[in-house]
Amino acid sequence: MTASLSSQLVNLLAALLLLLAFAMLAQRRVLTLIKLFAWQGAALALSTAIVAHATGQSHLYFSAGLTLALKVILIPWLLHRLIDKLMVRWDVETLINIPTTMLAGIGLAIFAFSLATPISQMASTITRSTLGIALASVLLSFLMMIVRRKAVPQVIGFLSMENGLFFAATSATYGMPLVVELGIALDVLVGTFIFGIFFFHIREQFDSLDIQHMEKLKED
Amino acid sequence: MTSGIALQILQSVLVVLAAPLVAGWVNICRAWLQNRSAPSLLLPYYTLARLFHKDAVVANTASPLFRLMPYVLFGCMWLAAGIVPVLATDLPFAPAADIIALVGVFAVARVFSALAAMDTGTAFGGLGARREMMVGFLAEPAMLMTLFTAAFISGSTQLPTIVETLAHREFAIHPSLAFAAVAFLMVLLAENARIPVDNPATHLELTMIHEAMVLEYSARHLALIEWAAAIKLVAYMAIGFALFLPWGIAPAGDWGALPIAFAALALKLAAAGAGLAVLEALLAKMRIFLVVEFLSTAFLLGVLGMLIHFLVT
Repeated sequence: MTASLSSQLVNLLAALLLLLAFAMLAQRRVLTLIKLFAWQGAALALSTAIVAHATGQSHLYFSAGLTLALKVILIPWLLHRLIDKLMVRWDVETLINIPTTMLAGIGLAIFAFSLATPISQMASTITRSTLGIALASVLLSFLMMIVRRKAVPQVIGFLSMENGLFFAATSATYGMPLVVELGIALDVLVGTFIFGIFFFHIREQFDSLDIQHMEKLKED
Repeated sequence: MTSGIALQILQSVLVVLAAPLVAGWVNICRAWLQNRSAPSLLLPYYTLARLFHKDAVVANTASPLFRLMPYVLFGCMWLAAGIVPVLATDLPFAPAADIIALVGVFAVARVFSALAAMDTGTAFGGLGARREMMVGFLAEPAMLMTLFTAAFISGSTQLPTIVETLAHREFAIHPSLAFAAVAFLMVLLAENARIPVDNPATHLELTMIHEAMVLEYSARHLALIEWAAAIKLVAYMAIGFALFLPWGIAPAGDWGALPIAFAALALKLAAAGAGLAVLEALLAKMRIFLVVEFLSTAFLLGVLGMLIHFLVT
């Protein structure tokens, strides 16, 4: 595989990652949201593997495998179990005004792209042009966490933000040291477990996963 | 120059004559997918012939605009079919209008059909015109963004130049073009009154958009409108081929490449028609207010394609 072809493939996967981030922003159904999250993980793992192949950085293979195991298989499976137990499998969130959210998303993407352009000009990696996309997907996941009202989509937004950060690390500096990546992976896994426990507590307290209710906890 | 003019005439005549064939092919594919016995491939021609032989009925209250509209519509679509490179890139007509003017030509046709629909004062006409304008104003920016993406890649807004650049470059994956292609497909469905947005086969008053506008027309007027709709579909498909599948088109002044270009065109049109039928069989018509979401997604994809082109070059 030549360098230009692998760089083109990484660009294509980066574009796919951004598209999936937008799709998650616009998706109402929890079940489809988890599927999209798994696809995003798959695109991330594939692009990491391609970067590893093109640059000969063997530790990137480990992080690609880690991403595959954790974000494509384990966490989506955990989330599936979770929404089954919480009985929110067919939950549809009433999102207001998806076109406006999308326009805000475009604004964020433009902001991220213009922010990343001077940085990526200084970088020398083959993946430098995808830094803007990585930044944009982080910001889009942020936006998703802001506009969602239910707890499960918010957590998926959080996890997908981690995807974006991971991609940013790969595109800027060919990934973090393996120890750091292992630590983050463990954190994400533990985070998912803790969120799962929190879901049950929230529901026990309020009979709903709508986090608007948590404002009642404020002391006036 | 003479060969260019000959090619131009050949292409314009070919598109106009072959357009009902494509419409018939889409109908056949849809009938197969729905397990119905398929109508004849030539059915649209018979329908046109039958309509041309009938006497036209025009409402008392109709103004001359009402009679004028079918001719304007047909003329606009024919002009569009003459500008888009279908068989060859050597078109003396093409410099007359770039892609922005092309969108303008479609807009002229839309404005005239909306005005004519409101002209007789029936409720359905006004309703259809309003819906059509809503779809149009959402689809047009998305269409322009799609076309701009291709224009940025080739550095020109002239369609023949775009096709020349895209067809004769070395192989490269353009993520921006993939985005633009999906956006263009969505715009094509919306602009040609196809299924997720409008159902061309229905006359149910709650759902129809395009059909509600032409409800008052009969005979030769209706024939021209239906013919223009078929040409519009072919013109849109040809724009799609020009931007995303330009292979096989004959380069300037090369008569020898024409048979290949012809075969490639027939193949592409057949595949696109079948694909359209499959899409229409798979999708359900959406509520009219969901069209806003559908087309804003198309706009989003178009803008993303353009942004990614700037980022990833």
